[in-house]
Amino acid sequence: MLFKSRNFDDAKTVLTVNDLTVSLPPAAKAPPVLNRISLTIRQGETVCLVGESGSGKSVTSLAIMGLLPKDALFVTGGRITLSDTDLLEQSPSAMQDIRARRVAMIFQEPMTALNPVMRVGDQIEEVLESHTSLSAEERRARVIDIMEQVHLPDVERIHRSYPHQLSGGQRQRIMIAMALVLEPELLIADEPTTALDVTTQQQILSLIAELQEKHGTAVLFITHDMGVVAEIADTVYVMKSGDLVEHAPIETLLRAPKQDYTQNLLRAVPSLIPRAPRAAPGGDPVLKVESLDMIYGGGGFFVKRPGTHAAKDVTFTVARGRTLGIVGESGSGKSTVARCIMRLIAPTAGAIRLRDTDIAHLSRAQLKPHRQHLQVVFQDPFRSLNPRWTVGRSLIEGPVNYGTAPAQAMARAAELMEIVGLPRDSLDRYPHQFSGGQRQRIAIARAVMMQPDVLVADEAVSALDVSVQAQVLDLLNDLQESLGITIVFITHDLRVAAQICDDVLVMQRGVVVEQGPAAAVLANPQHEYTKSLIEAAPGRAWDFANFRELGAA
Amino acid sequence: MSHYAPPSSALQSVLRLFSIPSLAKLGVGPMIAAAVLAMIVIVTLLSPWLAPFDPLEMNPMNRLQGPSDANLLGTDPFGRDIYSRVLIGGRVSLLIGIGAAIVSVFLGLVIGLVAGFFRLADTIIMRIMDSLMAIPSILLAIALVALNGPSITSVIMAITIPEIPRVVRLVRSVVLTAREEPYVEAAIALGSSMPKILFQHLMPNTMAPLIVQGTYILASAILTEAILSFLGAGVSTEIPTWGNIMAEGRQYFRVKPELILWPGLMLSLCILSINLLGDTARDMLDPRLKKRGE
Repeated sequence: MLFKSRNFDDAKTVLTVNDLTVSLPPAAKAPPVLNRISLTIRQGETVCLVGESGSGKSVTSLAIMGLLPKDALFVTGGRITLSDTDLLEQSPSAMQDIRARRVAMIFQEPMTALNPVMRVGDQIEEVLESHTSLSAEERRARVIDIMEQVHLPDVERIHRSYPHQLSGGQRQRIMIAMALVLEPELLIADEPTTALDVTTQQQILSLIAELQEKHGTAVLFITHDMGVVAEIADTVYVMKSGDLVEHAPIETLLRAPKQDYTQNLLRAVPSLIPRAPRAAPGGDPVLKVESLDMIYGGGGFFVKRPGTHAAKDVTFTVARGRTLGIVGESGSGKSTVARCIMRLIAPTAGAIRLRDTDIAHLSRAQLKPHRQHLQVVFQDPFRSLNPRWTVGRSLIEGPVNYGTAPAQAMARAAELMEIVGLPRDSLDRYPHQFSGGQRQRIAIARAVMMQPDVLVADEAVSALDVSVQAQVLDLLNDLQESLGITIVFITHDLRVAAQICDDVLVMQRGVVVEQGPAAAVLANPQHEYTKSLIEAAPGRAWDFANFRELGAA
Repeated sequence: MSHYAPPSSALQSVLRLFSIPSLAKLGVGPMIAAAVLAMIVIVTLLSPWLAPFDPLEMNPMNRLQGPSDANLLGTDPFGRDIYSRVLIGGRVSLLIGIGAAIVSVFLGLVIGLVAGFFRLADTIIMRIMDSLMAIPSILLAIALVALNGPSITSVIMAITIPEIPRVVRLVRSVVLTAREEPYVEAAIALGSSMPKILFQHLMPNTMAPLIVQGTYILASAILTEAILSFLGAGVSTEIPTWGNIMAEGRQYFRVKPELILWPGLMLSLCILSINLLGDTARDMLDPRLKKRGE
């Protein structure tokens, strides 16, 4: 794999952070949020700050920008120097000027960072208006120029558009244009591609690299995705709960990580190599989906409106004890299929055979006996448990609905808690007392309480850190082996799909473009779309877990 | 995710209001409001014992007198004791206000839950609510009293019906947001019945905003009762209420402003303190609505 391994020994230093310490108010008596962080970024260099959630990556970037939440976080030590300016000494108004001219920032969610009621062209122009004395024509020319530089199509039209009229990728390009229009020395990018699809992510990453080359901007890139790091970083800093654990040029770090924490972080990155094929399906097909069609909207009282065709002619079969992965980008219809199978929505046409009963068009009452064979785990662990209920009450809700005595259900719940790796007394606690990974275990336990035949996991590990992701995937795998559950695993992440799925089904715009055994689809994709997905997966040529190129065994 | 607030039931939130540390953080305003409101409630509740005279007892020999030892606040054109009338009148005014607030919150909650959860019911219910909101609430209340006669129950109903659409819209909007939550969808997948999902998963979400809305309805109901009585469309004049007393005092206002001053002052203090406490409850139960920079 080709790394960026440029030499910056002669380059000018843009940003130096020395022993930066950030703490909560003294009254909190908590350990510092950032503990003596030091880092250096030179002209034209891309520095990646990696770490799991809560490691202090974002706090570091906010401290540099002078945007720490007032009265909540304080810089209690150290220095931040931009070229020759001490940023911690600046007055708020001076800092405001520096933020626009010399340091710029882009965020994860461009929709919330843009003003929804202002044309995007005007938003870029506003930056020029408040920080330069250019005439109106000059400003407009600069805006058009920067919009062309970020490769937006049909610049004239997009200049007049509102944020909601653009795609996620286009919005992020506008954010980049806004950040770079004053040619800052330093660009801070806080997870700028996390909310984007892989193919869009690849385009945005190469755009940042291209503009960096052109303007010599230093980039501080914050991410949790080691694949992205491998693609773009010159130097990597690894953070763990407020401490800087290790820093090294990218290739050194990936080949020979020194610290245990870094090694574990890299080992947890799921590999793109599909899992070893398991014995062919011996059991009967548990779930059969035939020509499933789902059209949203449409109808209309007075005028017939066209609906959105979210799923077209989707057909597949899953056998007992197997895992089927449904892979696709946002808008591909994968979640629609999941919601149809769960019968949270009624499909427009087609059949869903669960153990030979077609549940596609049953009424609410008719569905009830079938619901217990069909359970679901959602993406967001913070919203999938009722925050007002104890874990125990959530766990026994299902069995009690089907006539199990509460005491008996509670005993089973206690057993399950141990199986999913949580203490028994968790049952008396509330969801907010658990971490994201633990809550996802609880949600899985709640689904398994029903002893379902089919478990639908809708992006069930996407919101978790990689190390936690690996544990949850292991848990699903163990449960499947001991209980023979069939899993339908919905994901946008090919790496995760490769780890857990026996078979893979690739969807694009509501249509199944390819399906087959995971090994065949991922190693030898036939359809153009599957190929482009695999090619866009960042860091795909690197075997993170073994610290070497893929195939260099 | 460190900003995730620990959850709490409405009951827990209310109990937390009474814990010492949060009381200390409240500041003086809400404390004074609570004290004033408590005074008014106690005094009006105990009015049958505190009032020195029968509020209906006329004494033609003793008309329009100024304050004296016997008549603390003087007497009205019929020689009735103003002090006794204001105390006893407050009891009816508060009863009507509290009654209207409780009934409209309860009915609005039930209708709102149904409208939020069932799409067909939603279409029908919300059109009815829209039509109700299109009628000016005072006119609707006057019409309802005219229809049902000037009893306390009919005044409560007349104040309640125009308030219901506001509660329904509030509850419905909370339910519409909450029903998309994955934990509600998980409950559907677990085979929970509709009543269970409605009352155990969705209803607790509506409690905090309802408590806040309830205080505003209480204040506005007391005020509406006064307006109705003042217009002569409220409870009949044999029952003293703050509105009735002011309506009767209107003719002698120039001679004796106390006739309107005392009931009016009680009414204003009462409503002011309820609204202040409502704002405090809102700040504690829903910090997002709190004014910025406070």
